[in-house]
Amino acid sequence: MSEATHEQHHTSLGIDSRKLGMWILIASECLLFGSLIVTYLIYRNASVVGPHPRDVLDIPVTTISTFVLLMSSFSIVLALHGIQHNNLRQFRVWILVTAVGGLTFLGFQTYEFTEFVHKGLGLTTNVFGGAFFMLTGTHGTHVAVGVIWLLSLYFSSIRGRLKEDGALKVDTMALYWHFVDVVWIVIFTVVYLFVFV
Amino acid sequence: MSEGSAAMHGSEAQHPGPAKYALIAVVLSAITLVEFWAFYVEWLHTTGLFMPMLLVLSAVKFSMVAMFYMHLKFDHKAFTRLLVLGIMLATCIMLALLSLFFISHPPGIAP
Repeated sequence: MSEATHEQHHTSLGIDSRKLGMWILIASECLLFGSLIVTYLIYRNASVVGPHPRDVLDIPVTTISTFVLLMSSFSIVLALHGIQHNNLRQFRVWILVTAVGGLTFLGFQTYEFTEFVHKGLGLTTNVFGGAFFMLTGTHGTHVAVGVIWLLSLYFSSIRGRLKEDGALKVDTMALYWHFVDVVWIVIFTVVYLFVFV
Repeated sequence: MSEGSAAMHGSEAQHPGPAKYALIAVVLSAITLVEFWAFYVEWLHTTGLFMPMLLVLSAVKFSMVAMFYMHLKFDHKAFTRLLVLGIMLATCIMLALLSLFFISHPPGIAP
């Protein structure tokens, strides 16, 4: 059996099993984030003691971090386009831009969490704090994993380890990154913009 | 085969180019700006339009990223079915939990 046959991993549907695996992960992650979002909705206004959502949530700052994450989805499709067209320079530039976007988002989240702690809201302060930090912290962890993955692809490319299936590896990573982005689209609306609803 | 090369097979050949990706990014940014603006418009809150408007806008953003950036519009339909299945199951869990909690505990009272 040739080496190329080993690297294809096609299913009976003609789909690469690694890409299918990523979609199955994404489908199962919908359940995780759905459960965390509904937990937040149930408990956000149920706290007996403050701070409450309207006391701490900063909409302008979160809008900027949302914009950064949206633009990182744009930059990763440019990276994917680069590697699909054998343009490694384009791939490396845009994958780094995406990683910087992810790190910037994490910076905003760290700033937000620090501000909340200064305002007296911690993980165990009240049910709102617990639900909020669990939801946004889980999302932030996903972003951090994504940044590590992005940088590993960048360094793999530098060391010449992205071979025949390089585009597929980037495509699979991009799916994960876009999923993290669409989850944040929902969180931004439900958690932040619906603060007075 | 050279480093990082990819055979342009199947759906990859139909993927949008950088210009279309940029156009989608502009639309996504514009929608985010509209959401931010809507948050500060008093009459949207008082007329009850705010919540449905924001739900529609975020659904549009979600769909655009899924269809064009995640290439669901061009890829195998099995991927779309998997995502829809995940979203439907998550929605069922959310509706079940919301009805369970808000029927047994009135809103605003810590359970």
